[in-house]
Amino acid sequence: MNKFWIIFSHTYLEKVKSKTFLITTALLLLTVAAAANFQTIAGFFSGEDEERDKIAIIDNSDLLFGPYKQSVESANDSLELIPFTDLEEAGKTAVQEEKYAALVVMDMDADALPEATYFANNITDSSTQADLEEQLQYMKVAMSIEQAGFDEQAVQEIYAPVNFETVALDEDAKTLEEMFQAQGIIYVMLFFMYMVVILYGQMIAQDVANEKSSRVMEILISSASPVTHMFAKIFGVALVGLTQILLLVGVGYALISSRKEELVGSFLDTVGLVDIPVDLVIYAIIFFLLGYTLYATLAAMLGSLVSRSEDVGQLLMPMIILIVIAFLVAMYGLGAPESRIVTISSFIPFFTPMVMILRIGMLNLPLWEIGLSIAILIVSIIILGLIGARVYKGGVLMYGRTGSLKDFTKAIRLSKKEK
Amino acid sequence: MTLIIDHVTKRFGEFTAVNQLNLTIPKEEVFGFLGGNGAGKTTTFRMLLGLLDKTEGEITWNGETIDYNTSNLIGYLPEERGLYPKLTVKNQITYLAKLRGMEKKEILPELEKWLDRFKVPEYMNKKIEELSKGNQQKIQFISAVIHQPELLVLDEPFSGLDPINVEMLKEAVLDLKDQGTTIVFSSHQMSHVEELCQYLCILQKGRPVVQGALREIKRSFGKKNLRINADFSLEFLAEFPGVVKYRRVNDGCDLQILNEDVSQDIFRELQGKGFIRKFELEEPSLNDIFIEKVGASYE
Repeated sequence: MNKFWIIFSHTYLEKVKSKTFLITTALLLLTVAAAANFQTIAGFFSGEDEERDKIAIIDNSDLLFGPYKQSVESANDSLELIPFTDLEEAGKTAVQEEKYAALVVMDMDADALPEATYFANNITDSSTQADLEEQLQYMKVAMSIEQAGFDEQAVQEIYAPVNFETVALDEDAKTLEEMFQAQGIIYVMLFFMYMVVILYGQMIAQDVANEKSSRVMEILISSASPVTHMFAKIFGVALVGLTQILLLVGVGYALISSRKEELVGSFLDTVGLVDIPVDLVIYAIIFFLLGYTLYATLAAMLGSLVSRSEDVGQLLMPMIILIVIAFLVAMYGLGAPESRIVTISSFIPFFTPMVMILRIGMLNLPLWEIGLSIAILIVSIIILGLIGARVYKGGVLMYGRTGSLKDFTKAIRLSKKEK
Repeated sequence: MTLIIDHVTKRFGEFTAVNQLNLTIPKEEVFGFLGGNGAGKTTTFRMLLGLLDKTEGEITWNGETIDYNTSNLIGYLPEERGLYPKLTVKNQITYLAKLRGMEKKEILPELEKWLDRFKVPEYMNKKIEELSKGNQQKIQFISAVIHQPELLVLDEPFSGLDPINVEMLKEAVLDLKDQGTTIVFSSHQMSHVEELCQYLCILQKGRPVVQGALREIKRSFGKKNLRINADFSLEFLAEFPGVVKYRRVNDGCDLQILNEDVSQDIFRELQGKGFIRKFELEEPSLNDIFIEKVGASYE
């Protein structure tokens, strides 16, 4: 056990002291700080003082400009409509010279309804174009209705939104609001899990492969058993990850709570970070740790099969594909948490961590389902750990060309007691 | 305090790497393993250290099987050198020595002592990748011996070193032996084995072809070497009864003869033929024995 701690602390300290760790952590902290101050930064770039896009309007009917200007500017406050009194050709030149963002020529058609032509240097800025078109459409509809003889009262009633309430009859079912909130939290959790597993899985495999390719492994495993070594490495890297995550969460939390008033109601509400249910957080931590251990064991095993550290990526491919599939199933499940594929895959160990947490967050699952999936996950970790230890023991002594599944059997055979 | 390798066999699938190896290595001696590539030396060492499991047989040290409970008593210098390229000598040795059960405060003075001995005290805080290959090997050697192991396994310790460093390392090996360490080592170079070992074993295809005390092996080999320098032609000796090999050298010849008696027959034959400058009967060299037993020169 003593040797476990020596390898564990060595792995942790060397990683935490490394330049890579310091740089990535600093970058991540900057990102968090930037995200927390997103509104200020965004405000800085598109500040109040910035000039609004000027749209030149030639209104040949002389009737449309007033109401059109009002409706467009209230719909999109970054646009300013200015009457253009010169000829159309002069207007086009002005747009080309970038005095105006666009030119709209309006008129009434034969039925006394509005029509318009939109000129711009390019028509990729579709939001401006869409806003202009949409507002003109409203005007046209209103005019048509008026021409048809409806009174204004009736028109307003037509436009008033319908009263549509949703009531869940099952008392345990989550309300629509809770659903949206859960979706937000789970999205963040899933993405987080995905990133962490890939990042730290790769770190473990790379570390094992480096020790193997620098041949220091043979000395290491002559002083401590490969199994001790493997698990000390897995948990050492886990602690590195935890350190990084705690730093990020701590800094993020401090920043957010210091500006809570400003942020509430915008960004935080949309992702549902205001009040996260405690049980969901606990489950997330459980599944996160178990998922990490499962994938880390797999990564260590794959890393032990590589003889040159350049080959790590190639051998990690199957693992990455598994994670991506799990992530995709979970993403699909965000929209359809009760579908069969989601239910089934929440019990497949490699998918469980992501898919089960999604189901827990979105549905009201009976406790036995959660318990069962945790049990399956733990059993698979133990089985994978045992196989991994065998492969590891043989793999670290195996040199030569690698990159195929044949190496698994070769490694296991090398670590076997009897032929 | 002996190392006993008892009928040990290792098979990898169809291939037998070590076949019924049976050795007793006495305490506080230097034991040499000789053999060509693929003879099974490294496999034997790996089994001895518990890195590979034996297919058959038993290996014991002081009557105990060697496993991770005894690993603090054992030092190992692998054939393929390996250290962390990015770590400093100090961090490197500290980590590896801790894994062999040393306390942190014992490690530094011991490391300083060794670096001084190898005349490289300035490497303490250098990274491994900054050192030359020969110097990396010194660090590797220190990592194998710093915890004063009872049993030291050295796989090709001298390969890739210049003659000065080879001498330095040999001296260290002999000192360790005097301090009571039992040393097992392998080498391609006969001269090293002859100089350091009292006991040895020549492996071929996983089987020991010769084993025992060096002096015994030489005596029982029977054949002797005879060197004659003379002013007249010695060609006729090539056909002389009892001469196994004849090799012409500058001013005479080197002979390998069946036994000591043949030398006396030759001595009588040469009487009165002319001026003889040198007539010397020698023990066979290990190289002769190796070539005879393994059937190919190795150097």
